[in-house]
Amino acid sequence: MRASYDVAIAGGGIVGTACAEACAAAGLRVLVAEPGPIGGGATAAGMGHVVVMDDSPAQMALTQYSRALWIERIPELPAEVEYLPCGTIWVAADEEEMQECRRKKVVHDAAGVRSEVLDARQLSEAEPHLRAGLAGGLLVHDDSTIYPPCAARWLLERSGAEVVREAAAEIAGGGLRLRSGERISAGVTVNATGAWAPELTPGIEVRKRKGHLAITDRYPGFVRHVLVELGYLKSAHSITADSVAFNAQPRRSGQVLLGSSRQFGAESGAIEAAMLARMLRRCEEYMPELAELTAIRTWTGFRAATPDKLPLIGPTADPRLYLATGHEGLGITTSLATGRLVADLIRGHEPAIPAAPYLPGRKQEAH
Amino acid sequence: MKVRVNGRAVEVPEGAMVSAAVALAGEAAFRRSVTGEARGPLCGMGICFECRVTVDGRAQVRSCQTPCRDGMEVRTDG
Repeated sequence: MRASYDVAIAGGGIVGTACAEACAAAGLRVLVAEPGPIGGGATAAGMGHVVVMDDSPAQMALTQYSRALWIERIPELPAEVEYLPCGTIWVAADEEEMQECRRKKVVHDAAGVRSEVLDARQLSEAEPHLRAGLAGGLLVHDDSTIYPPCAARWLLERSGAEVVREAAAEIAGGGLRLRSGERISAGVTVNATGAWAPELTPGIEVRKRKGHLAITDRYPGFVRHVLVELGYLKSAHSITADSVAFNAQPRRSGQVLLGSSRQFGAESGAIEAAMLARMLRRCEEYMPELAELTAIRTWTGFRAATPDKLPLIGPTADPRLYLATGHEGLGITTSLATGRLVADLIRGHEPAIPAAPYLPGRKQEAH
Repeated sequence: MKVRVNGRAVEVPEGAMVSAAVALAGEAAFRRSVTGEARGPLCGMGICFECRVTVDGRAQVRSCQTPCRDGMEVRTDG
């Protein structure tokens, strides 16, 4: 019979481990149940982009808060986390997208996020391998990339949490039951199983959203910032249809990570040649010389998507059962803030940002 | 045909592969692994990727699968 815990967390991805670390730092006794490798699910499949996003004020608040928490931790991050303060460039193809750059810049200025609008010449100087004829972009200075699985392992080590290498079969307010039948009692139980969260907590509005990625051999300097097309916002990534968007990211190794695709309704993790080809063609439209590089690996993963593009963080109808899922493509960025929110809510402390927009009981409207 | 390997001129017969030119230039290490170990052609048939060099500015080219062209500039990072 195990001891009782203050907090039992199902899921050892970046969100579960960030919750473990924040709760442990708050003096709580924590257990994490994870049958696979730590950070081996969506955490390992994602790009590791730490980015401020402004789709909605609540998304802006959460990403900005969480990015600040990452920046605070830079001196502590072990080398294998591969922190790279490369910034993001939102690439504008035409004048309409340049207007979007200027709109974002106003939002960033108001929030104290450092960014600058680049004209066509400045964009081409910043990223010489982008095709000619693009309109410009918006450089966001303090965005970065990390290697998420190592970040998750680091967070778990820092937490000192007990780890049980088994999946939770059932969770409830009083704790969880492991697949082996063993019961673990806890004051609060947290479902942090990403896109699989509805299996443990049926009825929550989380859907699997499949993505493909590719990584190249080492070409140091080929890409210098995280590059994201602005079309990403206006057309490509609607909540309904399958979509692709140009997204290129430098790694410390000199490799280039290439994305992205988004699909609902795909249950199999198999690589779909047609979707991968569509994604890579989109990348090539922005960076024609990518076609000359060698990709060494392609893979897929499942994001945990919600209708309003905000995660589910906090207590459910059962105040002792918490959710920490639904982070879609922003789980790496927002993991640390999620951990803090969970730890604050459990202890009845006022969080640094209002928790209401992320509470599981909120009314969700798709946008 | 003449190619240059790390700036040094090497004479090669028609049809020679870049890997042969690099070997003729006396370069033992074609590239370095992530941890800095010397690497060179192992399989000679395009499978092992150990013989990659930079050809005319293009990185990560398999030298064993690339025929020499007159005037080619080859760089190893050995």
